[in-house]
Amino acid sequence: MATTTEPAPVQPARVRGPAQDVAGLGISRALGFVAPALLLIGAFLVFPAVWTIYIGITNYRLTGVEAVSPSIVGLSNYTKALNDALFHNALWLTCLFVLGSAVIGQNILGFALAWTMRRARPAVRRTVEALVLLAWILPSTVVAYLWIAFFDRDTGTLNSILGTQGTAWLIDYPMVCLVLFNTWRGTAFSMMLYSSALQAVPPSQLESARMFGASGWQTVRDVVFPHIRGHVLTNTLLISLWTANDFSPFLLTKGGPNHESETVPVYIYNVALQGGELGYSSAISFLLLIANLLVALLYLRLLRRRS
Amino acid sequence: MRRISRLSRLAVLGSAATVLLTGCLGSSDSGSEDTDANRNADAKKVELVIGANSVKGGKNSAGAEFTQDVLIPKFVEAQKAKGVDVTVKFEGDGSDDEVYKQKLALSLSNKAGPDLISVDGIWVGEFAQAGYIKPLTDTVGDTAKVDDWDGWKQIQDSVQQLGMFEGKRYGVPAGTDGRVLYFNKKLFQQAGLPADWQPKSWDEIISAGQALKKLQGVTPIQINAGTAMGEATTMQGILPLLVGTGATINTDGKWLGDSPQIRQVLDFYKQVYGSGLGDPVLQREAKGRDKSFAEFAANKIGILLEGDYFWRSVVEPKDGVAKMADRDTAVGYALIPAGKAGGGVKGQDFVSMSGGGATAINPNTKFPQQAWELLQFMNSAEMVKASLNGAAKITQRSDVNSEVLAGDPMLNFIATKVLPVTQYRPGLAEYPKISAALQQATADVVGGKTTEAAAKSYQTAVEAAAGSKDKVSSN
Repeated sequence: MATTTEPAPVQPARVRGPAQDVAGLGISRALGFVAPALLLIGAFLVFPAVWTIYIGITNYRLTGVEAVSPSIVGLSNYTKALNDALFHNALWLTCLFVLGSAVIGQNILGFALAWTMRRARPAVRRTVEALVLLAWILPSTVVAYLWIAFFDRDTGTLNSILGTQGTAWLIDYPMVCLVLFNTWRGTAFSMMLYSSALQAVPPSQLESARMFGASGWQTVRDVVFPHIRGHVLTNTLLISLWTANDFSPFLLTKGGPNHESETVPVYIYNVALQGGELGYSSAISFLLLIANLLVALLYLRLLRRRS
Repeated sequence: MRRISRLSRLAVLGSAATVLLTGCLGSSDSGSEDTDANRNADAKKVELVIGANSVKGGKNSAGAEFTQDVLIPKFVEAQKAKGVDVTVKFEGDGSDDEVYKQKLALSLSNKAGPDLISVDGIWVGEFAQAGYIKPLTDTVGDTAKVDDWDGWKQIQDSVQQLGMFEGKRYGVPAGTDGRVLYFNKKLFQQAGLPADWQPKSWDEIISAGQALKKLQGVTPIQINAGTAMGEATTMQGILPLLVGTGATINTDGKWLGDSPQIRQVLDFYKQVYGSGLGDPVLQREAKGRDKSFAEFAANKIGILLEGDYFWRSVVEPKDGVAKMADRDTAVGYALIPAGKAGGGVKGQDFVSMSGGGATAINPNTKFPQQAWELLQFMNSAEMVKASLNGAAKITQRSDVNSEVLAGDPMLNFIATKVLPVTQYRPGLAEYPKISAALQQATADVVGGKTTEAAAKSYQTAVEAAAGSKDKVSSN
């Protein structure tokens, strides 16, 4: 923060720390400026979150008696969740999903693409980037349809390529399919982030590494990585949070077969709308929110320590 | 210091908000609702919307066509003669029944949705309890006006149950159906099985399946299982089998838990899907039921348990979703046998299950009187007959049935052979949850669990769904 460089404001109308009021607006006017944003955040973020907490302590249902007159059931939804084998299953699958497709898949593929495309001819690089980006920006429903066609048991592209007619990939290996799918789907972000991060690596150091005869892997490990460590953490944080909350697995498998690919967001949806248990699903949503916060805090701590 | 005070301020705000919210949930319909049943009764400009899970060129195409091309123009014309300018819109849908139900429930819980809504008979209980639909006499506001409708006399009591809950009429039923075993006569011939096949026990189904298994690329038997198919699993799988063991899912107010009959049904599933007679993968696919239709139409499935819907709307040569040009010669149908002769419910040799939907009035409609008029018009003999458009279907009206069913051997078979031995699902609010537990049990068995383990977790699920152990019978 620029605390000393700016001249003191002309009219610091009863401001606690005058030096902080660099724009010289005063509290009331400053509030006026942020009020629209705060209102939006309040209406679309804070209120739904509080509402979720509230529904989570009731037995509210989509239909039936509890839809008209739900009652407060305290923490029983939460104790139920902690003993719910299907919720444990969903948590475990979400961890696998995040680890496989985000932390490992998107990170490594994204970096590999950024690293190899660095020296490629511009035409090649543009084409690859455009294709990877396309996977990222296409609407989920379109993409899901393409992947269902790709994995389909009877007329699927994958089976035609591999000559494995009759293999029901989405049924026999649902999680593997989802991890592959999501890696493909989300790599663009990591690729772009790493491309720009790599530009921060001083070419002279790369040059020296080459002259000392460092191998590609040694260069990445000892020269590149120290420079982009912060980017790696930021990227991993963002993509793991997105992946943990991603709903597109539903479009491919609906959580099936028999809950084998039911990640937490899909489980919440199935509980809420198929089972009609809105109260219980809100409780789980809140648990997911807390898990998100914990992950975010962990990464932030790591980030702070590194820098 | 400042950090802490900011946090505590947030906490105070949050808890204040939570306190404010308490009591808002669910009770929102008691306040501002327009309860005057005669609201807008004399309006000269009326707008109504009919909602149904059917869409032109897709699911239940014929139903959507009839509503849009015949029913609506005729009604508009009839109202015009009375000097009322009516606009009726059709809000079609073409999704799985479960998805349609979710959409409808969400609309109704927000006081929205079409004026006339078509619901499955088994949803009536839970929708009524939630206040999403109300007894017709409440919505129309005049008991005599509803009860004096001459159409009721034409609708059999068992069929009327489809639109009723706790003895009150919530909607006008829209016909009923029955379930049979369909079989592909071409495959049967290749396997050396008779074209007039009629199994008398489950063993005979299995032995026919074993004969069909010798054919290349053919799935011998497909009995719906698993959670992906939703109610289709219960209605075209578990329940027809269960009544074949002599039990019903609810007897004297008690739900059937882990019992020899349930295990018998699960054993049958195990026999079919564990020995390669059925395709366990198809049952677990997200679009499994549609796929089973397509495979049957492509002569890849030997025996399929389905309702008459399958005959009318799926393999129907012209408009079906999985057309079979040679349906009339290639598709055979047989009664569903009890596990053993005489072992079915009420000592029957053959069994079936029936269901059907009803059309209810959205309590939030702006025009309750006109909606009731449209509902009566929709269910008049003339319109019900027109809806068939030459095809046959078991309609809600006896007068229409006696006229049209004679023309279609298959539907006549349902009406004369199946309906006398059929059972209906209990119209209780817990039913959908019990049904989900049944589906899960079959999913477990098809997925490889033992019958005992599946039945055991079924028992737990049923107890949770029924609310207490006393409402579940098990032995």
